[in-house]
Amino acid sequence: MSGGDHTAAQAAPGQGVASRPGPGPAVSWLGQRLRLRVPKGLGRGVVSGIPLGWLLVFFLLPFAVVLKISLADTAIAMPPYTALLDWDGEAVATLQLNFGKYLFLLEDTLYLAAYAGSLKVAAVSTLFCLLIGYPMALFIARQPAERRPLWLALVILPFWTSLLLRVYAWIGLLQHNGVINNILISLGIIDQPLVMMQTDFAVYLGVVYTYLPFMVLPLYATLEKLDDTLLEAAADLGSAPWKAFLTVTLPLSRPGMVAGSMLVFIPAVGEFVIPALMGGPDTLMIGRVLWDEFFNNRDWPMASAVAVVMMVVLVIPVMLLRNGQNKTAEHG
Amino acid sequence: MFRTSFKTAAAVIALALPAVSPAGAAAPEEKVLNIFNWSDYIAPDTIANFEKATGIKVNYDVFDSNEVLEAKLLAGQSGYDLVVPTASFLERQIKAGVFQTLDKTALTNYANLDPAIVARIAKHDPENARAMPYTWGTIGIGYNPDKIKERLGTDTITSWDVLFKPEISAKLKDCGIAILDSPSEVMAIALNYAGLDPNSEKKEDLDAGKAVLQGLRPNVKYFHSSQYINDLANGSVCVAVGYNGDMLQARNRAAEAKNGVPVRYSIPSEGTLMWFDVMAIPNDARHPQNAHAFLNYLLQPDVIAAVTNTVNFANANKAATALVNEAVRTDPGIYPSDAVREKLFAQKSHTVKFDRLLTRAWTELKTGR
Repeated sequence: MSGGDHTAAQAAPGQGVASRPGPGPAVSWLGQRLRLRVPKGLGRGVVSGIPLGWLLVFFLLPFAVVLKISLADTAIAMPPYTALLDWDGEAVATLQLNFGKYLFLLEDTLYLAAYAGSLKVAAVSTLFCLLIGYPMALFIARQPAERRPLWLALVILPFWTSLLLRVYAWIGLLQHNGVINNILISLGIIDQPLVMMQTDFAVYLGVVYTYLPFMVLPLYATLEKLDDTLLEAAADLGSAPWKAFLTVTLPLSRPGMVAGSMLVFIPAVGEFVIPALMGGPDTLMIGRVLWDEFFNNRDWPMASAVAVVMMVVLVIPVMLLRNGQNKTAEHG
Repeated sequence: MFRTSFKTAAAVIALALPAVSPAGAAAPEEKVLNIFNWSDYIAPDTIANFEKATGIKVNYDVFDSNEVLEAKLLAGQSGYDLVVPTASFLERQIKAGVFQTLDKTALTNYANLDPAIVARIAKHDPENARAMPYTWGTIGIGYNPDKIKERLGTDTITSWDVLFKPEISAKLKDCGIAILDSPSEVMAIALNYAGLDPNSEKKEDLDAGKAVLQGLRPNVKYFHSSQYINDLANGSVCVAVGYNGDMLQARNRAAEAKNGVPVRYSIPSEGTLMWFDVMAIPNDARHPQNAHAFLNYLLQPDVIAAVTNTVNFANANKAATALVNEAVRTDPGIYPSDAVREKLFAQKSHTVKFDRLLTRAWTELKTGR
């Protein structure tokens, strides 16, 4: 709200300056106008128009369609839901909104449990990504500048292979007669294979492994820009290295931690592939429930309602994080 | 900046427009046919031979679950001219108005079909107006006889008791039990085992079926619709409930890998579910004449016999049985005896309300809630 006013206030003086006729000849005034005004207005329009158009076409339009379907009712038809707007072809149009799907979401504890299950998996995975990713990012940031690209490349390297292949590689490692069990048995460390696949452990492992780079990269970007002289100053003033880390590095890297946590947490909540392939039958996550609603129950309105509520569930923690970040920015 | 753009964009939300469907043209068709079939579900040269004989270029895509196919069909404009749903799914898709009526005059080889199977499919497709039978099979128990013998003292499974009696399935827990992740099919089998109507939609029957499955649940390693093929073949599981052709595929994979893992398939004596995969042409297909030509080609006994020899599923073509390899034709897991066929039952499609109850019960069962 205040953002809008702010932008408008900024634009006004700019226009005032450009439209003021200069004292010089008309040609030079025109040239000034052309040079200053056209590129400025156009450039700003293009720069803000691209993300706006992107948001409109790839986020808001699909979301509007999903919202629309969530307010319809199930039907045996193509597509399998009722129309919201019924028009008899002449004068009467009936708008029929069905909020039953949302009410059912609240009534049945399954959905609540699934949302909670997803949030838990996402939160625990984010925490582990942070605990593992932070030392990695710090290590890379403290390397000599010419070696950092190599380390970063190693972090990004897994993305060169499809996610599905990497998940299957983990299955090959973890399964009953997989690589890990075979090695442990042949070394005589265990005599019965460990059960690792189809467990919550496998889901956490898969999610942390997959999303770790999303944590490391923003953390690295923040840590790399930190002013080393601050640490030197802390040392000069008699601070032990661990204390300097806790009071200087850690608070200053907070934006990186927030960005990394969001990049891990948000997709992890909606994660479907990893729990489906690596999780056990008792791994209850919202992605699976959504799939069941859409494909097994053929209840597109219900599936859409689950998706809409998932967005709301996601927006709240993100807003909280954003607020936290803004406050830090203000104080810092 | 973020907030500003969000506000502006929110003001211009447009609602989705209804899809416009083009009118079907009767003009001569271009020589193209778009087929959507199950994965690994045709002989290697079926398509090539058809292309050679007719000059029609075939675009062949595959899917791996009825649910995925149905979602595409119900969304409309799938772009496919010929699809292969299971009959119980087709039943509901017909009600939704997905398929067109077959032109039987273009199917000159139709008389080759087995009347008994055609009659069974008529329960899903009234008067067999819209679907042509392709293959059929059963859902039964695939198992590793060596591991079963170690635990149960016998290397043959003949009854659902091994799974549905908790004291027996508990003995198999350590070697791995996999169950098909298909609520309607597995529930129908449990209902039949409990002596109830497998197509019942009564709440108390559903509860009874769920109770049967709940006894088995603690001993199940996972629920999945295809993973068991690999796992039976490599010994990760020793018992799996799934499709007969998949079990034979597991057996063949183990033989190819020469890993010494034996795999057998059993149709339990209490009876089981019999399914039919059929071919049908969507209403919005752009090449219905080519689709008919392909259907008529598949009705040739030698063509469909080659399919059965490859995929290990029986076909519905009576004239083709003699042309099927003897090992396949005499395998009771593929072509069961008449006495066994008596015990097989077909599945009807469910109401939306029952589907919801069923999926809910299934989720509760799987998550142990």
